[in-house]
Amino acid sequence: MKKFINAPETVLAEALSGIAAANPGLKVDAGNKVIARAAGTKPGKVALISGGGSGHEPLHGGFVGHGMLDAACPGEVFTSPVPGQMLAAAQAVDGGAGVLFIVKNYTGDVLNFQMAAELAAEEGITVETVLVDDDVAVQNSTWTAGRRGTGATVFVEKIAGALAEQGGSLTEVADIGKRVNAASRSFAVALTACTTPASGKPGFDLPEDEMEVGVGIHGEPGRSREKLRPAKEIVATALDAILADQPLDDGDETIVMVNGLGGTPLIELYLVFNEIAAALAAKGVVVARNLVGNYVTSLDMAGVSLTVCKADADMLSLWDEPVNTPALRWGI
Amino acid sequence: MNGDSVDTDLARTWVQAIAAAVDKHKDHLTQLDSAIGDADHGTNMHRGFSAAVTALADYEPDTVGAVLVKTGTTLISTVGGASGPLYGGAFRAIGKALDTPTADTQQVAAALAAGLASIQKLGAAAPGDKTMIDAFAPALAAFQQQADAGADLAAAAVAAADAAEEGMRATTPLQARKGRASYLGARSIGHQDPGATSTALAFRALAETVGDR
Repeated sequence: MKKFINAPETVLAEALSGIAAANPGLKVDAGNKVIARAAGTKPGKVALISGGGSGHEPLHGGFVGHGMLDAACPGEVFTSPVPGQMLAAAQAVDGGAGVLFIVKNYTGDVLNFQMAAELAAEEGITVETVLVDDDVAVQNSTWTAGRRGTGATVFVEKIAGALAEQGGSLTEVADIGKRVNAASRSFAVALTACTTPASGKPGFDLPEDEMEVGVGIHGEPGRSREKLRPAKEIVATALDAILADQPLDDGDETIVMVNGLGGTPLIELYLVFNEIAAALAAKGVVVARNLVGNYVTSLDMAGVSLTVCKADADMLSLWDEPVNTPALRWGI
Repeated sequence: MNGDSVDTDLARTWVQAIAAAVDKHKDHLTQLDSAIGDADHGTNMHRGFSAAVTALADYEPDTVGAVLVKTGTTLISTVGGASGPLYGGAFRAIGKALDTPTADTQQVAAALAAGLASIQKLGAAAPGDKTMIDAFAPALAAFQQQADAGADLAAAAVAAADAAEEGMRATTPLQARKGRASYLGARSIGHQDPGATSTALAFRALAETVGDR
């Protein structure tokens, strides 16, 4: 393992110090491991809180700021945060209008946020939850815990965050978040495994000429392993899986994210965007808005995830609202 | 104190023994988790049980249950992942059922049943889903059977540890239906479940703690 760290045990604490030092717009509660807006929450504004394992930067701390999250709770690397963190975050940012938890569908995240919601209710804080479960690589059935939550988290946080900024009620903000999730599908492919600082070894062995198809964002193996193919064919595979689950018609408008998993250069991400834009254009689907870059990473994994949201006029309008966070900023 | 009951010292020693076992096996747990999960089970359990040992160091409770409730609360606030709420909730449930200075074999059996119920309620998993329940459920059954037959605590704990290890090994051919490994579908087959493995460590630690008495 070659990493810029001091010791595996101190990675999170030291990174949090760095986030605080680098971003005057944020304040970091090191004891509770909560990243929040330095300016606090406007009274009467619904507060958005998300969180999950670290190692996915800029998710979640990078999306704290005007127009998006009020606070983020980073857990240890690839490990969900604990209820005490989320409760501390809720107490810190509740503006009196309630708190929306945005939770990726992973068992650990779900259980810890569920416990936190119970604790917050005992403290008199109203909590609603949006569960993000956009990853079509995982079949939804009565036998599984459901789909994983991945890239759509960014869409939910951006669009629900904009409505909260406009003064939407907790119910309205939760509702748009659920609609965005329901309209979004993701699929990821990895070329290499990632290495957590704690284990010091790649999460899985992937031969030079193979790829992991349908990989999750924690380096957990995907659904199948296949021979590496040209980008055009990989995008076609991913898009087929997405469209099989969320059909798109001629004239539909979308928000598309081509997201790097941490170890893929931007030149490849733009190449992938070129392929998906062409494939959607061939079907008459409009890519109304896009993101290309590293937004939901998996440490140092070489890989890419595609997220497609079938966006309605409300979603597009809220998408265009100003946002000012370390990792997403426009209109300000 | 006789040799057939749990008191606060024994409860504390059990938690310390789990911490020692997790420390010894943390690389193995993480290796099992990297095959079908995200390679952090050993690290997380080590962080949680180390914190529990520290929390119990200067703690002088009146009841067996208080030791285990404090352990569970510490696990919830330090482990993270699914293991934090599942193990933490289980220890809290076991502790709440032992609100006495000492507990006999039947009381321990009832408390372990409360622990299993907590895990099943929270995780919504059943036997055969390739989770910690596949070690816990047979361990509880074996413990209860020994208790009903009038065996002492030591014999019941050994039977439970043996059954937990058998259940742990039996997870290898199963296809995961709950937790992160379930996302792998058929690819989870052939790997021993890390949660069942740490549960077996906890029951073996109980047997050894009681046996050393």
